[in-house]
Amino acid sequence: MYSEKVMDHFRNPRNMGEMKNADAVGEVGNPVCGDLMYIYIKIKDDRINDISFQTFGCGAAIATSSMITELAKGKTLDEAMKITRDDIAGSLDGLPPIKMHCSNLASDGLRKAIENYRAKQKKE
Amino acid sequence: MGFKMKYVYLDYAATTPMDPEVIKEIEKHYRETYGNPSSFHKIGQNAAQILEKSREIVASLINAKTDEIFFTSSGTESDNLALKGVAFKNKGRGNHIITSSIEHHAVLHTCQYLEKQGFKVSYLPVDEYGLIDLKELEETITNKTILISIIFANNEIGTIEPIKEIGEIAKKHDVIFHTDAVQTLGKVPIDVEEMNIDLLSASAHKLYGPKGVGLLYIRGHGVRKGWGNYIEPLLHGGGHERGLRSSTENVPGIAGFAKAVELCKRSMKEESEKLIKFRDKIIKEITENIEDVYLNGHYTKRLPNNVNLGFRYIEGESIILSLDVEGIAASTGSACSSKSLEPSHVLLAIGQKPEDAHGSLRITMGRYTTEADIDYFLEKLPPIIEKLRKMSPLKNGKKYMFDPTYEINHHH
Repeated sequence: MYSEKVMDHFRNPRNMGEMKNADAVGEVGNPVCGDLMYIYIKIKDDRINDISFQTFGCGAAIATSSMITELAKGKTLDEAMKITRDDIAGSLDGLPPIKMHCSNLASDGLRKAIENYRAKQKKE
Repeated sequence: MGFKMKYVYLDYAATTPMDPEVIKEIEKHYRETYGNPSSFHKIGQNAAQILEKSREIVASLINAKTDEIFFTSSGTESDNLALKGVAFKNKGRGNHIITSSIEHHAVLHTCQYLEKQGFKVSYLPVDEYGLIDLKELEETITNKTILISIIFANNEIGTIEPIKEIGEIAKKHDVIFHTDAVQTLGKVPIDVEEMNIDLLSASAHKLYGPKGVGLLYIRGHGVRKGWGNYIEPLLHGGGHERGLRSSTENVPGIAGFAKAVELCKRSMKEESEKLIKFRDKIIKEITENIEDVYLNGHYTKRLPNNVNLGFRYIEGESIILSLDVEGIAASTGSACSSKSLEPSHVLLAIGQKPEDAHGSLRITMGRYTTEADIDYFLEKLPPIIEKLRKMSPLKNGKKYMFDPTYEINHHH
């Protein structure tokens, strides 16, 4: 049911794990529904210098988390804000229709992380 | 087999591969027994003979009379025929049906449909093991109750219900007792007389027979003292199966079902001893060697071939996907692998939180399962669990799924 790209990211997730010194974290999903994602970012000169994820969820949830870390790394915050669910699904050669909505949360997670970072910057 | 790689099939509750002897039998009948059993000529009468011989073989497995076996197209059809057939035929007598909260969807959704048609349905709760309470069952019976339908053994957690005791209660109150035995036939001895079962659904493809063949056992071939005819057909037509299931009979498939039953009768005892050994080995090894894991269902009142384990902090689809990569076929009650996106109603009924129900893994074994298969599974599973837990923010993370303060914000 999954594309080879999804299976590759599921089997060999990129940038997986907690980031201890992250500048901000974005959290989306809910374990009650079967998925929860944390996206950690480290910012340098308004760019995503480092990014990692932790995910509780199905194959699609894990693969989309892994994919967004690749798509976002090195991008400016404005560029990263523009990454959509469709961009992620497209980069993975598609997702099963039923997974498009429920497990494709990584772009929301990244946006939350960036928003949290910007909110923190404003305070400081 | 279409697969070249080593593949360990541990999803026998979903379906079973056909036994080679069954395939041989079906092939033979597709070639030789092409007649219509309703036809008067010799070709037709030969098919009728095969049909009746098959009926006799299948009846003997559950201690039924030959004329009490009605062939259908599936377990689902049998459940529908039993429930709708009894409900619609007896609406003058009463409108109350009792079932459990852990039925297969074929019963559950049929009951929901009957509710829309004006029937009242009581869904009995179950305890943490998935067992219904007999006292509660008896107290739920009213003078309007016409039917009790309780699954013989649950397809997800393998719990075997107290069928004989339920049968006694049903008999005492003169209520018709149906049981969905789709997962049970061929695995555990069934005696419809001793257990006071009035209607019993089963399916051939769960016991190494073909898909598309099921049966409904109907006590007294649909006639009951004080009730008269107590069941009506779903399908109207040429009056096959004593008028209760019109459709030209699938003779080759039914002959294959009978062959599968013959093989089960021969090997059931030996097979179930082997499977209980494997089952208990898996349960012991995994619960001893992996943390935060628990058994769903009962330790002993359990189908010989079923293991259902809950793994905290991780999600079931990612477990079965990882197992599939390693060449192991298994199943989960997680919403993420279902078409409905709802977690298993069975796991919720035994008192699990939705977030726990997502982490279940069902292993079901069968005739061709070997000790080497079990050892392969036991070798491959722990690193998968470890890897997924490393990925999960729940284990040793800031947030546990059991945190009662966790805000519910359903995004589906």
